[in-house]
Amino acid sequence: MKSFIEYIVSIFKGVWTLLVGMKVTAKYFFTPWNNVTQQYPENRDTLVMFDRFRGEVIMPHTENNEHLCTGCGICELNCPNGSIEIISKSIITPEGKKKRIIDQHIYHLGMCTLCNLCVKACPTGAIVMGQKFEHAVWDRALLTKVLNQPGSKIAEGVKE
Amino acid sequence: MDIYNFTTLTHNIHTGLAQSFAPWLATTIEWVIVGVAYLLFVALFGLFLVYAERKVCAAFQQRLGPMRVGKWGLLQTIADFIKLLMKELIMPRKADWFLYNLAPFIVIIASFLAIAALPFAPGLQSMDFDIGVFYLTAVSSVGVIGILLAGWSSNNKYSLIGAMRSGAQILSYELSVSLSLLTMVVFAGTMQFSAIVEGQRDAWFIFSGHIPAIIAFVVFLIAGTAETNRGPFDLAEAESELVAGFHTEYSGIKFAMFFLAEYINLFIISAVAATVFLGGWMPLHFGNLESFNHVMDFIPPVIWFFGKVLFVIFVIMWFKWTFPRLRVDQILTLEWKYLLPINLVNILLMALVVLTKFHF
Amino acid sequence: MSEIREVIIKTDKLATDKYQVNMGPQHPSTHGVLRLLVTLEGEKVLNVQPHSGYIHSGIEKMCEAISYPQIIHLTDRMDYLSAHMNNEAVALCVENALQVEVPDRVKYIRTIMDELARLASHQLWWCVFGMDLGALTTFFYGLRDREHILDIFEETCGARMTVSYSTPGGLMFDIHPNFQKRVKDFIKYFRTKLPEYDKLLSGNVILRERTEGIGHLSYKDAIDFGVTGPSGRASGFSCDVRKHNPYSAYPFVKFNEILDHRCDTLARYEVRILEMYESLNIIEQLIDNIPEGDYAVKMKGVLKLPEGEFYQRVETARGEFGVFIVSDGKKNPYRVKFRSPGFSNLFALNNMTKGHKIADLVAIMSTLDLIIPDIDR
Ligand code: SF4
Ligand code: SF4
Repeated sequence: MKSFIEYIVSIFKGVWTLLVGMKVTAKYFFTPWNNVTQQYPENRDTLVMFDRFRGEVIMPHTENNEHLCTGCGICELNCPNGSIEIISKSIITPEGKKKRIIDQHIYHLGMCTLCNLCVKACPTGAIVMGQKFEHAVWDRALLTKVLNQPGSKIAEGVKE
Repeated sequence: MDIYNFTTLTHNIHTGLAQSFAPWLATTIEWVIVGVAYLLFVALFGLFLVYAERKVCAAFQQRLGPMRVGKWGLLQTIADFIKLLMKELIMPRKADWFLYNLAPFIVIIASFLAIAALPFAPGLQSMDFDIGVFYLTAVSSVGVIGILLAGWSSNNKYSLIGAMRSGAQILSYELSVSLSLLTMVVFAGTMQFSAIVEGQRDAWFIFSGHIPAIIAFVVFLIAGTAETNRGPFDLAEAESELVAGFHTEYSGIKFAMFFLAEYINLFIISAVAATVFLGGWMPLHFGNLESFNHVMDFIPPVIWFFGKVLFVIFVIMWFKWTFPRLRVDQILTLEWKYLLPINLVNILLMALVVLTKFHF
Repeated sequence: MSEIREVIIKTDKLATDKYQVNMGPQHPSTHGVLRLLVTLEGEKVLNVQPHSGYIHSGIEKMCEAISYPQIIHLTDRMDYLSAHMNNEAVALCVENALQVEVPDRVKYIRTIMDELARLASHQLWWCVFGMDLGALTTFFYGLRDREHILDIFEETCGARMTVSYSTPGGLMFDIHPNFQKRVKDFIKYFRTKLPEYDKLLSGNVILRERTEGIGHLSYKDAIDFGVTGPSGRASGFSCDVRKHNPYSAYPFVKFNEILDHRCDTLARYEVRILEMYESLNIIEQLIDNIPEGDYAVKMKGVLKLPEGEFYQRVETARGEFGVFIVSDGKKNPYRVKFRSPGFSNLFALNNMTKGHKIADLVAIMSTLDLIIPDIDR
């Protein structure tokens, strides 16, 4: 008899726990305005990334097409996977001195792990992290970028 | 409410055809019309159910569900279906060619057979057997043969395990489905679907049969969910264990057939529940609230029927999207140790209720 | 075929046989590319033989070629759900070797981040566990709550999973000004959601039936196999590194080590649920008391560890994670070895699943909370 009562009780207890679970899902079913998903490509315009978000390495330029990179190559040294290549060139300054400046700051986005070490290491703060995250391209070659814009030059007064 | 009665319409069509054609031709044309009508209905309603399932499940999970194809993603399932039609049909090299190709058809034919006996509205029923309930339980269990064949012929171990599970499961749960229907047959005194519906003119069986009817309804819902191989009883295709179970090796349109059959079965189980327990196409009537009853009569029976069916379908979906899956031995335990004894006692209870006339 | 028929004729019995199934490397429940060679008899599991290495990425070898600060970003990619703890392990190891004392602020922030990562990891585990048992809705509830933590990470660390936040000597950045507010909001939010987890899954009779008494891992076996973390603690093995070898700010906080002696799948499940509550407590104790100060100490441009061997262990969401560095005094390590919890936990699987059903195998594997890159490294 006792086990029979236990049997009956176990049925009701079991059904009760199931109903409790169903209540949770029902709560969400009947409050569809609490939905959490977003319709991604449609909401592109309103989508704001956090300002520290690491999407890619970029080199900001002023409106005079000037950047802060001295071509020292520290970022290249700090990069764990060789995503940065610095190609520098020698020029003769107006004072007649020989000087090495940046020719091409080559950045392989396809290899970059966005670890932030290059940005942290750069002594002049020439490179920063950009917030763009849609990097899909049809051709792998497009992932190799030259960060300093053509014709750009180093800003005045950057210490070397 | 004769404006909603289809009997005259079908009768007129029949006499019209009989007058203008030879009898054999008339019969053939009628067959074709009925066949096409069912095919169309099944295809469209199946697609709608897939869409509904995705939307309902999305709502349970705080998502939006399909939104891209058509307004609110309404055309999504059609797009999916076209995609499935165009997919390559892959067959494992060592599969049993004949059985492998036969299995989806068996599954879907079983579903079609079952759907034929359901009364959608007064006069809208293709076969009004006097043993309708019996016929339905008989043909709905034919589908498992297809599942077993699919699992066995695919030459895949996952499929085989899934098929065996499904066999064990459906064999057991067939018992509960039939017994809970039997309870209601005892109450209704007939096996004919149209008579069962007619018997609920004043009150649906779930109200007039009170406790035993409610128990039978719950048992039927559980066993019915198990019969359709849906979660929490979806062991046959348990995704996290058996990849896709018995239809792992199927692709393209053959997979679509299994998929469609699953949803037709869902519809059948819900329709039977709606017919036997919730009054089929009968509007909601309360004993002596004349004006209320009159208002209810204005809603067409088809809407009543589908409203109830969709309600039951929603409950079954609710189960699926809430509960974890049972293990194979627990499924059998549930059936043999819980549902079956409850059912047997319930039939006795119902017999007592009927004998003592202790019902409304 | 004819052989079987003969056997049937001869013995008058149905011929049965064992058979083997490859679960994985592509299988929905292996969460990646783990391959299990399962010997079955009907539904019964006789033997499970894990084959790892399908996602081996050679991280330990790569570490030998790069400098210490650069190792950090590789540890993100092993156990990506415990990225913070892995980062911290390497950072602590290097700091200990160089005998650098980091400011308290760093310790507090690291600890908060650890606990947030642990919460995020347990949330993900919870939703995947539900999914493995067939309750698909839990998946989205877990991810929904995890999103809040990932937002916190993204705002402060700049990345959602591969955070690379701890560096030798401190942190990559200071915390974001919104950090404390966001964390407090999250705690408030999650305290309302965590009971829902219990309602939806923990109390559910189906879950209890499926987990109770399944996958027994005895106390002795847990120690023998080196099963650590929540899985070990559910066998009564007190192995919480945060308690026994406190690091960072753990000495300053009060918390309980969750132990359970039932040793089964349900115990492992409940230990993790309770750990989530415990993590919330830890964060609450710390979040208002983050001391002022620097977020990093100034380190040399090129870090060279003194010659010798250094070991540091931390408690990740999966168990004890150890970093063993052998240095020959150069700027690159001579050898790095990671003791990853997943590897040891995985190999207890065979012992736990013997005689259970296939469905139990999936459930047991899920409660071990395996991360495949953590196993293969
Ligand atoms: S973010 Fe890291 S991986 Fe990428 S370029 Fe900079 S240092 Fe290299
Ligand atoms: S980006 Fe910075 S570190 Fe790299 S070369 Fe230019 S100045 Fe040097």
